[in-house]
Amino acid sequence: MLKLSDLQKKLLNDFQRNFPLTPKPYADIAKQLGVSENDVLDALNELDEKHCISRIGAIIPPNQIGVSTLAAMSVPENEIERVAAQINQYTEVNHNYEREHEVNLWFVLIAQNAAHLDNVITSIETESGYPVLRFPLIKEFFIDLSFHLDLTND
Amino acid sequence: MIDHKDALLLTQIAKGLPICSHPYAVIGERIGLSESEVIKRITHLQKMGMIKRLGIIVKHATLGYRANAMIVWRIPEADIDFVAQEMLKLSFVTLCYQRPMRPEWPYNLYCMIHGKNKTKVNAQLAQLIEDCNLREVEKQILFSSRCFKQRGAVYTTT
Repeated sequence: MLKLSDLQKKLLNDFQRNFPLTPKPYADIAKQLGVSENDVLDALNELDEKHCISRIGAIIPPNQIGVSTLAAMSVPENEIERVAAQINQYTEVNHNYEREHEVNLWFVLIAQNAAHLDNVITSIETESGYPVLRFPLIKEFFIDLSFHLDLTND
Repeated sequence: MIDHKDALLLTQIAKGLPICSHPYAVIGERIGLSESEVIKRITHLQKMGMIKRLGIIVKHATLGYRANAMIVWRIPEADIDFVAQEMLKLSFVTLCYQRPMRPEWPYNLYCMIHGKNKTKVNAQLAQLIEDCNLREVEKQILFSSRCFKQRGAVYTTT
């Protein structure tokens, strides 16, 4: 487990949402935590370099802009890297995971309209040689709280 | 409705804010908006429900959460809302979605558990089954083994 400073642990747990919408958001976070703006910037840069954070950014609910779907394929183990690389070429794909199951490749696509989404999926099927199952969102059940990270070393 | 600038802005903030003194000014410069205009538009987009959350997006795996299971369930249509709300009472359930059943994949409720290791996730799943009374429900458990891509979506308008 990585060694994290108390400041980094606080940042990770308390700023997953409600990031300040002010000209100097990092300075405002620093003020709240009783440290300097540079302390916060350094702490975050280090978290970024150590791949502890993906980004400081926004999560957009699905289907607000454009059309999106979860999709899945069953791909033989020895083909999975080739197929995953083919899928990743598309800017419409933003998540792509291998899962331990016969249906083993799971990815999320977003496009500006249904026709375009359809074209991308058809292209993926043609290029890979495997059919794609589509699971568009019907309903998302929201959680209000951020995921609490237990950052003790156990 | 949102305009072209809003779509550009959403793509930028989905990709991530720079770690510097004036991140909104930097983003504004890229898409031709002033800092105050960027802040005003994001505030408005939030009010419209176009932004679920703005903040640090953690990489669970690096932070010791190495196991991630997606569990899919076959729940009678009428019970879905109730079961989902029960699931979300458990702090280790991080996502919960309803999706259509397919003949090849007859499951309609998806939930995600992030945990430190497989043993812990399996114990949490056992608790979930007990607490939500899901012993008799058909399910599939899918642990993730590799991440090929994880990034913010790219939004476009025509």
